[in-house]
Amino acid sequence: MWQKLLGLGIALALAIAAPHAVELYQVEILIILAINLILVQSYRLVNTTGDWSLSHIVIMGTGAYGAALLSKLAGLPFWLTVPLGGAVAAICSFLIVFPLLRTVGFGFFIASFALGEFIRLIWIKFNNPFGGSRGMIGIPPAEIGPWDLSGMFSYYYVCLFVAFLSLLVMYRIDRSRIGDTFKAIHTDPDLCESVGIRVPRYRAMAFVVGNFFAGIAGALMAHHQGAIDPHNFEATLMVYLIIYVVVGGVLTFWGPILGVILMTIVFEATRFLEAWRPLIAGAILIFFLVVMPGGVEILIAPLARLMRRIPLLRKLVPPEPGELEQEIGYATEPGNTTGQDHA
Amino acid sequence: MDFSTFTQTLANAIVSGSIYSTVAVGLALGFGVMKMANFAHGEFFMLGAYVVFLLYGEADLPFPVAVLAAFPIVALIGVIVERLIFRPTRGNVLAGFMATAGLAFMLQVLVGQIWGVGLPKSVPTPYMGAAQIGGAFIGWQRLLVVPAAAAMVFALWFFLYRVKAGKALRACAQDPEVAALQGISISRVTMLAMFIAGGYAGVAGALMAPIQPVTPYMGHDVIVTAFIIVIVGGMESIGGSVLAAFILGTIHTFVTTLVDGVTATMAGVALMALILIVKPEGLLGRTRA
Repeated sequence: MWQKLLGLGIALALAIAAPHAVELYQVEILIILAINLILVQSYRLVNTTGDWSLSHIVIMGTGAYGAALLSKLAGLPFWLTVPLGGAVAAICSFLIVFPLLRTVGFGFFIASFALGEFIRLIWIKFNNPFGGSRGMIGIPPAEIGPWDLSGMFSYYYVCLFVAFLSLLVMYRIDRSRIGDTFKAIHTDPDLCESVGIRVPRYRAMAFVVGNFFAGIAGALMAHHQGAIDPHNFEATLMVYLIIYVVVGGVLTFWGPILGVILMTIVFEATRFLEAWRPLIAGAILIFFLVVMPGGVEILIAPLARLMRRIPLLRKLVPPEPGELEQEIGYATEPGNTTGQDHA
Repeated sequence: MDFSTFTQTLANAIVSGSIYSTVAVGLALGFGVMKMANFAHGEFFMLGAYVVFLLYGEADLPFPVAVLAAFPIVALIGVIVERLIFRPTRGNVLAGFMATAGLAFMLQVLVGQIWGVGLPKSVPTPYMGAAQIGGAFIGWQRLLVVPAAAAMVFALWFFLYRVKAGKALRACAQDPEVAALQGISISRVTMLAMFIAGGYAGVAGALMAPIQPVTPYMGHDVIVTAFIIVIVGGMESIGGSVLAAFILGTIHTFVTTLVDGVTATMAGVALMALILIVKPEGLLGRTRA
């Protein structure tokens, strides 16, 4: 147990110190990273039931549009618009989840894309209040009471705080009985039904709760950018989100976090090749799907085993058998969710 | 809507239905055989358009030669994709789909960096003038698409139902295990399917090159439309794809004329969502998407 607390402490200390250790323009990247942490983790939450959604970025957009409208039209303060952005996203996903539940695997994937694209086209079609394809501008920056939080450093800490809270809640969900039920549905939906688990209900729950956090990420993004438009939530960005989780892996809670941090470093290191970025991203995606399905998280268990062999490092890892290995009880790669096995 | 607008819109619907069907049959063929969901299919279309841009627009070869050249070039790329992406991820639809999404990224950037991203490439129109049919004017260039597409769909039908290799392909689509027991090599069939799928997408793009702006990103709209079509028609059904292509072409052109383009796209995705939810196997399909 103390190893975990130590790890958490180190991670938090690093996160708090990070903006002071990098160049000023890189604080911007850290803000995006903090928002992306919420995003990938919320994606994993939806994914634990085996549903690969393609509407996640659009749902994040509903949170962003929700927060923008609430603060611009209703004049609500920042500390309210962020959770309400999450609520808007949850309501929108509640509306689309019922038709989606009729589909599994590849059908779910494509149907969620269609419904997400439909929502995105609504933003383009209606100038009032969404601003059409030019989007919304003049979204008020973050401030709570007398404090202006829109500065680079302060907004980073706001995002870090929200990300920490969101990840904590999602971690608790993951470890709870409900989280176990989600994973059981992934492994064998038929068996789950036969022991009395209401599969559609739990799939809907994972979808709505995960999308709530996506909405929070969207609201943070809207207040950060000050302007949003439908192109911020295109399918291209969905592919990037998939890259993060495929690189990291989705079996463990740490996989998506590893993935998004790793890819942020890769993109930052290849900044001089910016025009080639999609090529790099595409090549990495293909590599991980074809050569290394399961992502970098599959390296955690062997690494822990290695550390246990070295006397000095032994105490730093939990004793055998690694918790992570036990966790890997349910199906692994993206495609094991195609639904063919239970069609 | 008066009569001449109606015939004009109907003619446009037939033209777009024709071009949609040549793109969609390839996608359906790949999905029918071992569930290869190729997200880079739209990029194959884009590559076909670039073949015409290079061979006809730049190198001044005759237009039909450039269009025919698009078939083997893009078909070869299809075979490479089968070998490097679909074969290692066989039995895993989402992995293949996501990996080809990565490939789509790569092809867009490669083409954009080699031939430029800025202005669309303009390909001169080889056949000028317009035909007047029942009060509607259709450029010869657009009209050419209709018989070309009909010939391609007929050729595919002939291949699948009258040629031994085509029958093997259909057998494999029906039941891969039994087909393998009959001595059909599944790997050879998947390769053949991707060869045809790539070639068809390439020729479709080649035919459209003088009509629509040629850019590295032109494949995106194509792939969304093509996926809507194969979902509506039934993922592995060639006939269903052709039917759905004309249905979607009609809906799209009429809604664009009557309302606007965004609403037309909304109608398309709504139709797809509706089919997935109400009849997941599609209009003429057998298996669920």
